[in-house]
Amino acid sequence: MTEPSLKAGVPSAQAAVAEPTAVLATEQLIPMYRMMFLIRRVEESLLELAESGKIGGAMHTAIGHEGAAVGMAAALRKDDYLTCTYRGHHHSLARGMDPKRAICEVLGKAPGFAKGKGGSMHFLDPSLGLMGANGIVGAQVPHAAGMALASKIRGEDRIAITFFGDGALYQGLMHETFNMAQKWKLPVIFYCENNRYSEMTPIARTSSVSDIYQFVRAYGMESIQIDGNDVEVVYDAISKAAARARAGEGPTFIEGITYRLAGHMAGDLETYRTAEEIEMQRAYEPLTQLHQKLLDRGVSEEELNKIRAEVEEEVQEAVEFALAAPWPDIAEAYTDVYKV
Amino acid sequence: MRKTTFIQAINEAMRDEMRRDERVFLIGEDIGHYGGLFRVTRNLMEEFGERRVIDTPISEQGFMGMAVGAAMVGLRPIVELMYMDFFLVCADQIFNQAARMHYMTGGLLHVPMVIRGQQGGGKRYGSQHSASVESVFAQFPGIKVVAPATPYDAKGLLISAIRDDNPVLFLEHKMLYFTRGDMPDAEEEYTVPIGKADIKREGKDLTLATFSYNLLQALEAAEELKAEHGIDIEVVDLRSITPLDMETVLTSVAKTGRLLAVHESQANAGIGAEIVARAYEEAPYLLKAPARRLGMVPASIPVSKPLEEELLPWKKNIKAAVLEMLR
Repeated sequence: MTEPSLKAGVPSAQAAVAEPTAVLATEQLIPMYRMMFLIRRVEESLLELAESGKIGGAMHTAIGHEGAAVGMAAALRKDDYLTCTYRGHHHSLARGMDPKRAICEVLGKAPGFAKGKGGSMHFLDPSLGLMGANGIVGAQVPHAAGMALASKIRGEDRIAITFFGDGALYQGLMHETFNMAQKWKLPVIFYCENNRYSEMTPIARTSSVSDIYQFVRAYGMESIQIDGNDVEVVYDAISKAAARARAGEGPTFIEGITYRLAGHMAGDLETYRTAEEIEMQRAYEPLTQLHQKLLDRGVSEEELNKIRAEVEEEVQEAVEFALAAPWPDIAEAYTDVYKV
Repeated sequence: MRKTTFIQAINEAMRDEMRRDERVFLIGEDIGHYGGLFRVTRNLMEEFGERRVIDTPISEQGFMGMAVGAAMVGLRPIVELMYMDFFLVCADQIFNQAARMHYMTGGLLHVPMVIRGQQGGGKRYGSQHSASVESVFAQFPGIKVVAPATPYDAKGLLISAIRDDNPVLFLEHKMLYFTRGDMPDAEEEYTVPIGKADIKREGKDLTLATFSYNLLQALEAAEELKAEHGIDIEVVDLRSITPLDMETVLTSVAKTGRLLAVHESQANAGIGAEIVARAYEEAPYLLKAPARRLGMVPASIPVSKPLEEELLPWKKNIKAAVLEMLR
C-alpha cells in the first residue's frame, strides 16, 4: 500500500475532493479567524500550564486541527448535537464555550462547566448542543447516532455530528454504528480528523486501508475526503452533509485531512516524527491558511494584528481567572453519582 | 385479581409505559417482528410500530451506545440484551458511558435508560448463556440493579425503572419466565419502589436474604426445613441489588440473629459478601452465629444437567447451608 501523503491539506489522488471555492464572504471569515486564533492561544496556554505542573492527567490539544471545528460551527445550527473525542477543546470553544470556564475545567476548578469533575477529556455544554467529549476512543460515535435516532423518533430536524480521529476507525463499534446509521438513514455526520497518527503510531503502520473515507463505502454511505485545514472547504462539506441529513437522505462520512502540530498529549516525547516534518506542516496548517486567505482578499495585516491582540488579552484574562478560581466544595466529591 | 406469567407482567409494563410516555422506545435483537427470543416483547411492534420498536443487527456495542446517546437527549430507551452474558460485549457503553455520565459531566447529563434481559442457569445453556451478572454490576456506581422474583414485583419494578432518571439494569431469570402470580387488574396502575426489600416469608430462626429465582428456591427450602426439621426461616426478597435495602435485612436479623445471603452469581467477592460485610460493619451485635453467603462456586456453568444442579445455589444447597448454620 502507499503511504498517505504527509503533505497536509493535499488529499491523495484517488479522493473525491470538494472544490476549495470561495464559499464564505470575507466578513464571515474574520470572526472565524478570531475564533481559530482564540482556540490556538487557549490550547498553547494550557500546554504552558501543563508544563508548569498545574494540570494533571492526560490533556490532548488540537493545535493544527482548528479548521474542522471552526468550519463546523459556522455550518451547523446551535441546536444540532455534537459529540467528539477527548481531543475536543476546539469543538467546544468554536461552538461558544466560555474560555474561562473551559480552562477552569481543565484545572479542576469550581467554575468549570462540570465543576472540575470532567476535565480536559470530557468537555461539554448541552446548552450549546455539546453533548460530550469522550475518554474512550470511538465511544462517542454511537452516542451521536443515538441522538440522530432520537431526532428521527421525535420527528425533529436537529441533526448530529461526531468527531473522531483516524485511530477510531479501527474500533469495532464504529462499523456497527456506520451500518445502522446508513440502514436507518439517520441524520448524522461522521467527521474523521485524520492527522495520520493513531496516538503515537503512524496510521500506515497498522492500517490495511490507505484512504479512510473508503471504509464506509462498503455500507453504501456517502463519503468524501477533504482538506480539513481549509476552513471554507470544511464549512462547505459540512453544510452539504447537514442539508442531506435534514432532508432525510442519511449520514455522510467526511475525512478531513489535517495534522497535529503538538504532541498526542501534553508531555508526548514525539519520538515518532521529526522536527522537519512538523515544520513542513506549518505552511498548510489552518490558521496560516486562513491568515493568508484574508490577506489575499485585501484584509490588512493591521486589522488582523488588532484581532490577535484582543484575543491575547481575553485568553490572558481567562488564564488568570482560572488560576485564581476556587477549588470545588469538597462535598461535590459525593454528588452527581445518581440523578435524584 | 388475576394471574399472569412473569413474561406477561414485563410485557404489560413496557406496553403501559409506552402508551403513557412517548419518549419510551425499545431497541434490541429480534424484539420487533419476532417478538423477542423469549416472546417478552410480543405484540409491541404491532401496537407501536417500527419507529418505537427497533430491530437491530447483532451489534451490541453499537445499539447500546445509540441507546445511551438517545437517553442523553431525553428519550427513555429500553434495551433488550438477549442473554445478559452479552453485557460483556458492550460493557464500555454500560459502565464507562451510561453509569459514569452523570458524575463526569458534573450533573449536566443523565442517562434514563433500562437494560433488561434474562440470565441464570437451569436450562442447560452452558457457560456463555447462563451467567448471573448482578454482582459485577453492583461494583459500579451510577447504575441501579433490580432483580424481581414475582410477576407483581416485575411489573411494578419495571415501571419504576422506566421512570427512573438513571440507567437501571433489570434482571429476569430465565427460570422465572413461565411462573405465574397474582396481579391486580390490568387497568390498575401501581409501581414497586426501587431499593425496597420485601419479606416474602416470616420466620424466627434465620434470615435468608435473596432475590430473583433464588427466592422461589429459598421459599421451597424454607417449607421443607420447617416440615423436616422444625426450622423456621425468614425470607427477605431484596428485589433491588443497587441500592441495597440493608435496613430491612438488619431489622430481620434483629429478630432471628442469623443471616444467610444467597445468590446465583459468584460467591467470591459477590453481593452476598457485601451483605455479610455490611451486617458485620453496621450491626455485629445482632449476630448470634457467623453470617454466611451462598453463591456460585468459582466455575462456569456446565451444560450437563447433574453438573449444573451440583453447582447452582438452589434448594438442595440452600438447605445444606441452613442446616450447617443451625447445627
